[in-house]
Amino acid sequence: MVHDNKSGMQPSASAFSRRSFLNYSGAVLAGASLLVACKDDDGPMPPAAGEVNLGTGDTGILNYAYALEQLEAAFYTMVLKSAFTGMTAAEMELLADIRDHEIAHREFLKNALGSKAISALTFDFGSVDFTKRDSVLGTAKVFEDLGVSAYNGAGKLITTPDYLVLAGKIVSVEARHAAFIRDLISNGSFADNTVIDANGLDKSRTPQEVLGMAAGFVKNSINISGLPK
Amino acid sequence: MNIQHIIREISDTDPDFLDRLDSRRSVMRAFAGAFKKATLVTLPVVMGSMFRKAYGGVNDTVVEILNYALTLEYLEAAFYAEANKVSTTLIPSDPARGAIKTIGDHETAHVKFLKDAIVSLGAAPVNSPSFDFTAGGTFGNVFTDYRTFLAVAQAFEDTGVRAYKGRAAEITGGGALLEAALNIHSVEARHAAHIRYMRRNAGHNTALRPWIIGKDSGIGAVVQPIYDGEETTTQAGINITNINGMAISADAASGAFDEPLTKQQVLAIITPFIVS
Repeated sequence: MVHDNKSGMQPSASAFSRRSFLNYSGAVLAGASLLVACKDDDGPMPPAAGEVNLGTGDTGILNYAYALEQLEAAFYTMVLKSAFTGMTAAEMELLADIRDHEIAHREFLKNALGSKAISALTFDFGSVDFTKRDSVLGTAKVFEDLGVSAYNGAGKLITTPDYLVLAGKIVSVEARHAAFIRDLISNGSFADNTVIDANGLDKSRTPQEVLGMAAGFVKNSINISGLPK
Repeated sequence: MNIQHIIREISDTDPDFLDRLDSRRSVMRAFAGAFKKATLVTLPVVMGSMFRKAYGGVNDTVVEILNYALTLEYLEAAFYAEANKVSTTLIPSDPARGAIKTIGDHETAHVKFLKDAIVSLGAAPVNSPSFDFTAGGTFGNVFTDYRTFLAVAQAFEDTGVRAYKGRAAEITGGGALLEAALNIHSVEARHAAHIRYMRRNAGHNTALRPWIIGKDSGIGAVVQPIYDGEETTTQAGINITNINGMAISADAASGAFDEPLTKQQVLAIITPFIVS
């Protein structure tokens, strides 16, 4: 991704040096392109176009969810735009349902966050062959399992009971999607031992783990340093 | 009963509850290291000692929620245990037999996990009730007719998803305990989706989807209370249908969110299956 640094944006008072950026980047899941865009000198860095800061507290967690729902909605929009070879009518119908659910989640979170919502992210699905069933469903499986583990891991970071319930309303639908996509790949793999442990528990992942796994698809660098831990 | 009301109730009987929710977070962090080292088997024990530390004793609400979850898991585990005993006559073939075995194993694991967690809190797990999976004859052929069996299985799984969701708010900030409850909750949702997919593929109900559309049970009026309320298309006061100009139908708007059930609603649902 090439950042347009000539768009009239000036380094702000809070612009940080390359050294501090590198220190900072432990909590920043930067696309390689962002680092490439930085000149190799010790001067102040311009604000990175495309860097998104999720914020703090419950807002940060909701923005985290909003980022993931943007990813899923964008992916399924592509999936339905040009069906993979051999997609049956029934599969198309159910995949369209999933797309609509993800769009509903995305738009709901956007409206719920209001002025605190992060901007629209930019995605790169170049690694997905949308003509191939295996490629599409394999990616969908990763995204759905990732989404479930993300909400499961984020629940304990939420302090407002109403938000926890809302996250709960979404995560079980993500789990339904995950089970269905897995069954499309191999009937009976809806909750196999690659995702469910010996205690019968699904996975949880931290925001850092989740966004690290999603980073290959997200062009923006996402700053999670303000999220509760 | 809404969330604020529950919190108010707890705060009334336990004035330090809200403070404890906060201070507990630091306790959670202190125990994070212990968790990393804990094996799967010892997890409930670690969880229990953490809560004792946080509360300096057993919290009635936490134990009550765990016993509530345990009762639901007893129901499910016993249901699948019965089915798996007659698997070869009840379930036509693989992969369906394997799926019911997998689900039964998970429910049995949930029972053990929850019992261990309650014991580790120094509290007593409730005993399993005795069950009548025919619900007094309503589902007389539940273990001989594949259609009936899957319909009842779906009813239990969808109830489980709604039941866990209905109590989660009470343990907001509940660290590892909340996380474990969420880790069970999403497994129940995976089960529910698969059972629905099985029913669809078997031709029992070809319109059925892995998610809940409107308040349609796909089963019949007898289980309607399990689905009532699922039809909502408004979340936190935001109308989801055609939100922000997107083409989101009412069906998609309702399917995109699963709804909670209160304890009272769940108990009313499962009471016909309990004999003692």
